[in-house]
Amino acid sequence: MMGFEPYVFSNLVTVAVLIGLGLLVRVVRRQRLWNEAARQLWDRRKLAIVLVGIYLVIGLLDSVAWKGGVPEDVVDVLPNAPLTLIDRVFLGTKEASYSAPLALVEFYGAAPLRRPGTHALGTDILGRDVLYLTLKGARVALLIGGLTSLIAIPLALLFGVGAGYFGGRFDDFVFFLISTLASMPGLLLLIALIMAMGRDTLSVCIALGVTSWVGFCRLSRAETLKLRELDYVSAARALGLSEYRIVVRHILPNLAHLIVITFVLMFSGLVLSEVVLSWLGIGVDGSWGQMIDGARNELSREPIIWWNIAAAGSALFGLILAVNIVGDGIRDVLDPRTQKGPT
Amino acid sequence: MSALLEVRNLRTTFPGALRPLPVVDDISFSLARGEVLALVGESGSGKSMTALSILRLVPKPGQVVAGEVMLAGEDLLQLPVTQMRRVRGARIAMIFQEPMTCLNPVVTVGAQVMEAIQLHDSMSKVDARARTRELFAEVGIPDPDARLDAYPHHLSGGLKQRVMIAMALSTRPEILIADEPTTALDVTIQAQILALLRNLQRDRGTAILLITHDLGIVNELADRVAVMYAGRLVEVAERKALLSDPLHPYTQGLLRSIPALSRAGERLPEIPGVVPSPDQWPAGCRFSTRCPLRFEPCAELFPEEIRPAAGRRVWCHEVERSMGGKGAS
Repeated sequence: MMGFEPYVFSNLVTVAVLIGLGLLVRVVRRQRLWNEAARQLWDRRKLAIVLVGIYLVIGLLDSVAWKGGVPEDVVDVLPNAPLTLIDRVFLGTKEASYSAPLALVEFYGAAPLRRPGTHALGTDILGRDVLYLTLKGARVALLIGGLTSLIAIPLALLFGVGAGYFGGRFDDFVFFLISTLASMPGLLLLIALIMAMGRDTLSVCIALGVTSWVGFCRLSRAETLKLRELDYVSAARALGLSEYRIVVRHILPNLAHLIVITFVLMFSGLVLSEVVLSWLGIGVDGSWGQMIDGARNELSREPIIWWNIAAAGSALFGLILAVNIVGDGIRDVLDPRTQKGPT
Repeated sequence: MSALLEVRNLRTTFPGALRPLPVVDDISFSLARGEVLALVGESGSGKSMTALSILRLVPKPGQVVAGEVMLAGEDLLQLPVTQMRRVRGARIAMIFQEPMTCLNPVVTVGAQVMEAIQLHDSMSKVDARARTRELFAEVGIPDPDARLDAYPHHLSGGLKQRVMIAMALSTRPEILIADEPTTALDVTIQAQILALLRNLQRDRGTAILLITHDLGIVNELADRVAVMYAGRLVEVAERKALLSDPLHPYTQGLLRSIPALSRAGERLPEIPGVVPSPDQWPAGCRFSTRCPLRFEPCAELFPEEIRPAAGRRVWCHEVERSMGGKGAS
């Protein structure tokens, strides 16, 4: 395409994400309002924030890749394949088949393992280290949640704020669109979109985004309708501000708390949606959903193979719980209705 | 004295069930440079709509359907939207009734004033900030440096109104429209804000269109007074003449219903009834449903404008009859 290999692009995106996070911290630091909210949030939800941070770090470590540097004796990777930091940590840990957590011999047949006692969470049917797969799943989950939110929320804002602020024909159009989307069964639409676009990460994210922006669009439209009539918007108009500047300077900042809350809550919902998609066989490769789906058959083996599904399930549970707790905290801190008013 | 702002036959309507309702009906007045004109009337008499019509900010579905608003020889109603935007704020600024809700709660007040400055004058951020600081000092905000980075909820109502005034003055407008600038404030702050407005008018020569229902404020600040009732002007006069010798029965009623300590214990005279809603306005004089002096033509025939003295206009059959038509032109 552009002469870029995917891993280079992934590296660039990682750098962009880091810069974005840096900017976010800067903005939060400089704006007293956000600074205060962030401090309150930290005070109330330390553990959950740390947990989300750990997932984020793992995801980022798994996003930086480069080629080469593979020792001669490692046979289970393609030569000259780009490997991420996480890949390199687990280089050469592949076994022939199942191994129980921290086992010294293979689960069936008791053949000796290549690396006895090193698989903290065991290995799967192909002998891949489960801890490794679980860590790799973090990046996929973050990608699904983050990328999809980045698609859905701007889309919802564009339509919602536009419809609410300008009204008229555009409002009619947006409402037609919303009603149409809302009248289709969500899962069916999702499956149809993925069938049409393919099953790579970006396509799944777009499909999820297209089916999940409607709720926030309604919300932002309603909120804009309310804000549009407020005195400070009239005052801004009387000062001669253009409509565009009124939207950017006076409407959007007042929607900021809603955007943050929606982002966090949408995120966990999307990660769970992906699990459902995986169960239906149209999920993203390498996701926890696929691990869980793959472990279905293993549960019927005798003796039972439990570590696979347990690892993926716990990782998923931890992320969703942490994100939801943080989201709950953000809502408490930012939503004026749950706050004791400052004035 | 040449007029800076000349409003002629302004009419603003809202769609009604049967016919458009003229909430501002055939209003004409002029405002000279450095003059304070008070627009007085009860709630619902169309004062604020008149002001919004001048700025072409009438909320939908209302619209200005007729008339002219001449600002230094240019009809604002004919200007393209982008040019009109350059008039708003820069040449005609407006301060609103509710300082509590007129400032964006999530932007610092300094940034909001700077925005207004940078919108109309190309100026660097540093200069705009310095200018904002000056303005804050000028409108009497104590400790202006610290207030620049305050959010609206950190400020009291009086301070917020001062910020609003600073914002309105930031571009040195020729005309300031003050829509009940003191209604939401308590009395001591009211006096301070009025003094501030008077100083600004004197020092800068800013013309002020003062919208109020408080005749005390009129007496304090206005040069001339225009009394509105149900979308129509009923009387226009110099302040002294109007307050000492009101001609229109409505003006008389307004003046009588001011509480005075000298009459403590007595029942306060009132004008019976309320302003009728626009779809119930009579065909004739709008005040005829409540007028104590009403007689035969009042309800059917709209009174002509009469000019009993220079600079004085009144619309009333009774005044016309008692004057025997003399002075009418």
